[in-house]
Amino acid sequence: MYAMEILEEKRLCNIGSYEERLREFDWAIAEKEMGWGRGDPLNIGWHLTDRICRLGLAKKPALLWEGSDGRERTYTFGDLRLLSNAVAAALSRLGLRPSERVCLFLDRVPELYIAFIGILKMGGIVQPLFSAFGEESLLTRLLDAGTAAVLTQKKHLPKLRRIRAKLPALRTVVVVDAEGFALRDGEVGLDLDSEPRPERFPIFPATAETPSILHYTSGTTGQPKGAQHVHRSLVSQYLTAKWVLDLRSDDVYWCNADPGWVTGTSYGIIGPWSNGITQAVLDSGFGADRWYGFIERRRISVWYSAPTAIRLLMREGTETAKRHDLSSLRHLASVGEPLNPEAVHWSREAFGLPFHDTYWQTETGCIVISNYPGMPVKPGSMGKPFPGITAAVLDPTTLEPHEERGRVGVIGLRPGWPSMIRGYWNNPDGYAKKFTNGWYLTGDRATVDADGYFWFVGRDDDVINTGGHLVGPFEVESALLEHPAVAESAVVAKPDPVNMEVVKAFVALKPGFTPGPDLELEIMNFVRKRLSPIAMPQEIAFVASLPRNRSGKIVRRVLRALEWGEPVGDLSTLMED
Amino acid sequence: MDELKKTILDYVRREYLEEGDERELKTDTPLITGGIVDSFSMVSLKRFLERKYAVKIPDADATPEAFNTVDSIVELVERFKAVEV
Repeated sequence: MYAMEILEEKRLCNIGSYEERLREFDWAIAEKEMGWGRGDPLNIGWHLTDRICRLGLAKKPALLWEGSDGRERTYTFGDLRLLSNAVAAALSRLGLRPSERVCLFLDRVPELYIAFIGILKMGGIVQPLFSAFGEESLLTRLLDAGTAAVLTQKKHLPKLRRIRAKLPALRTVVVVDAEGFALRDGEVGLDLDSEPRPERFPIFPATAETPSILHYTSGTTGQPKGAQHVHRSLVSQYLTAKWVLDLRSDDVYWCNADPGWVTGTSYGIIGPWSNGITQAVLDSGFGADRWYGFIERRRISVWYSAPTAIRLLMREGTETAKRHDLSSLRHLASVGEPLNPEAVHWSREAFGLPFHDTYWQTETGCIVISNYPGMPVKPGSMGKPFPGITAAVLDPTTLEPHEERGRVGVIGLRPGWPSMIRGYWNNPDGYAKKFTNGWYLTGDRATVDADGYFWFVGRDDDVINTGGHLVGPFEVESALLEHPAVAESAVVAKPDPVNMEVVKAFVALKPGFTPGPDLELEIMNFVRKRLSPIAMPQEIAFVASLPRNRSGKIVRRVLRALEWGEPVGDLSTLMED
Repeated sequence: MDELKKTILDYVRREYLEEGDERELKTDTPLITGGIVDSFSMVSLKRFLERKYAVKIPDADATPEAFNTVDSIVELVERFKAVEV
């Protein structure tokens, strides 16, 4: 970006001077703006609706929604307040109690956004799950959380019915579009259009440390872990949405992420609405013309997207973009995986604006490293730590910070910012392992340059980042083993030009099964239906056996290195066939 | 409806439409923008087409637009079937 443009942007943007913010930073800035004092009750649900209405914004559009079939709905902040009261009252009537886990297993329909707030208002813990999850993924997460209720749509009900007998804690399934549909025992309908909308609901007096949201995230070993957020996360999400995404009162904001993932809640619900910002939601799959048409029609001004989506748009060329009037756009940001320099250059060409890369994780709850408005974007870099976040590159062996520019290490963060998770559900040991020497270990590797910009290098473990979603190899390997033909398997990341990485499986078959393309497709579909399309191996290599160390453990690193064309390292500890 | 369309339509209905999804699936129903097939699942659909019709669809042509309806998929398959011949 040119110097004059940067100066102008710095003058106008919310963060102003990054350097000054660094010097003078205190999370109390956000708390004061939010009108919250430490020790006061703090309920995210109240802050997103009742507080915004008290500020005189009850009639302002909060949600501009479009479905894949072209249906449109608009909800004001006043509507959100009353409708979330209605959900909170209905769930209380059904016997749901504060601190119980209530799962949202919904497409991006308005009920998802409204129920998210309603659950928080009655003191429940929201457990959002991606609606494309298969029954195995669903079962694992509902069982671990001891989920008491699930809100869903009739199209997803068969999956739940098939696993319900294995879920003793699940008392109620609430179907939001049940009209004319035969429900069974333990299932109830909730039609928000006809539900009474109480003017007042006794909002649960949560405190800063009261659990709020449980997001499941994948690790290298074991099943996915429930990252436990608390209501105080709001402080970080409010301020980062304002300073990094630069949200202003007249913006129309669009976040592509599904609330089944943390971006879709931190910045697809909490960040914008706590700032009283209008957001648009498109419940539709990818389509370049569809997306550009949405931006044009809704006059989107701030767009938070992901590298995979940007690379898919790049494949369509700038001509497709130029067929639409996209002049409403003024700030672009990206999250999920590293944004390659070509994508930044391309976005300047297509939209006249660069995408600003942002970095964070489910565990951090908010953006922790970013390129900021008013600061030169270094294409390909993650940017600099958010004021109030202490980030360092740690020596991979000692896990102590090193100052050497350009040397690769693990990104460590000093705990203490408001939205850091407070634990993994039912897994205190897993949480404790994430900390060493007073640093939270992100598991991501990076370097820092002479200007203090961070540059992503890769994961420090076997977790696969595909299209911005983390997939744990263990979960996929477990699903593969349930297929009758599979004797053993190993799952690794394979490089991919669009998704950065995709899932690749190495499979040894049981005697009597013959490898071939038909079996490969059968196994791919088997995993897709049991887990999710994201976890489906995009390629399967049939092998006679898998590399193991002398204690018999499968050594994924060898397979991964071969996929990436990297040195396989020390092979002396491997068993010989 | 010709055999090619019917086979692909049946496959999509069987493999990708959720059991409780009551949407009527026609040859012009949006699959990708309609949320029935996502970009990850497209890979398995492409694999099916390549196996079934003995064609090779280059990745550059396997775009979300080309896979958005059964009609556009049929067009794609026929284009590459012709190339194979």
